[in-house]
Amino acid sequence: MKTFNYHSAKDVKEASKLSSSKSAFLAGGMTTLPSMKLGLASYNDLINLKNIKNLSGIKVSGKTIKIGSTTKHAEVSQSKEVKKAIPSLAALAEGIGDPQVRNRGTIGGSIANNDPAADYPSACIALNAVIHTNERKIEAEKFFKGMFETALKTGEIIEAVEFEIPKKSNYQKYPNPASRYAIVGVYVAECKSGVNVAVTGAKSCVYNDKNLSSALSKNFSSSAIDGIEISSSGMNSDIHASAEYRANMVKVFTKKAVEAC
Amino acid sequence: MIKIELEVNGKKIQKEIPDHTLLSTFLREHINLTGTHVGCDTSQCGACVVHVDGKSLKSCTALAADLNGSKVTTIEGLASNGKLHPMQEAFKKLHGLQCGFCTPGMVMSVIDLLKQNKNPSDKEIRDWLEGNICRCTGYQNIVAAVKEAAAKM
Repeated sequence: MKTFNYHSAKDVKEASKLSSSKSAFLAGGMTTLPSMKLGLASYNDLINLKNIKNLSGIKVSGKTIKIGSTTKHAEVSQSKEVKKAIPSLAALAEGIGDPQVRNRGTIGGSIANNDPAADYPSACIALNAVIHTNERKIEAEKFFKGMFETALKTGEIIEAVEFEIPKKSNYQKYPNPASRYAIVGVYVAECKSGVNVAVTGAKSCVYNDKNLSSALSKNFSSSAIDGIEISSSGMNSDIHASAEYRANMVKVFTKKAVEAC
Repeated sequence: MIKIELEVNGKKIQKEIPDHTLLSTFLREHINLTGTHVGCDTSQCGACVVHVDGKSLKSCTALAADLNGSKVTTIEGLASNGKLHPMQEAFKKLHGLQCGFCTPGMVMSVIDLLKQNKNPSDKEIRDWLEGNICRCTGYQNIVAAVKEAAAKM
């Protein structure tokens, strides 16, 4: 790993001030550190966010759950409040990586990285999340821009992710047997504004399948999507699964998720 | 360079280290605790698992600087007064290892499991060991050892 200057910021203001085009913020480091070790990424400065106190924690209000950006996956998966309000979100966190990754990895790090096969981005889309940064609030639909790309600007730091508590929801995924990343993952949620079907792992970026969402908004049953064709165009194809397989799994998992709601 | 202070197996240690020093490098090369093994060095195999403030993590994927002020327990810190930890004893008794390379990480990982779940099922043990790879045992005896230790701890 190429060397860098390590900083540990006391607050968001300091972290933002230290940042530049050649720096990265460090939360759990579960992607940043392996990428740097493999030579896929290098930075002049790494700015640790974990010592910033108010970035961690889970708050449930009447209609939403707000999770601080440095809250670890294990904290979300074990939280009684999350299990009660949005059980599918706790289950999603429990399915990330392995116990050691869940002990370090954070929700803010996961969505800032926006891996095309990550789990949390699908929860953000399905549960109409609002991403709170030190500068603004961003709706999830506008946050995830493309493969490893988000709406975040240099120096902008995620402070919390606020999820709508849905009427019902479920997340299904086919995990890569080695990494537990989603080969295909589908998060179905019935929210106030209608049903969302968020898909991860299938394309270069998480997306809301509008056809599936609108069919389920009209009739929330697995048979409601029987007639919908899922096109494999634009889907990922690799040694784990072909584009056609992924397209089929989107439908299979949507049905499974609806039935499990 | 950065100054850090860690408590490793109950001993306070202060060192000045390069900023990019991994915890696994710190343990093995700076303070000569070579019981923590580095297998894949890509966060997959789990041979490098240690406890930091009571929780298991992969030491090849953590910066020592990031853990400043923490308490670290390695495989060397388990035995007390020459007596093996019940988990080490169970691995020995039930042949939970063959070559032994993965064993330090296995033992540290499953001790963390028993802290959270005193009586895990076979499935829960296997799920927990998602991040620990053994190429010798087929896991049968590892699972048996965890159950034996759970009964004794």
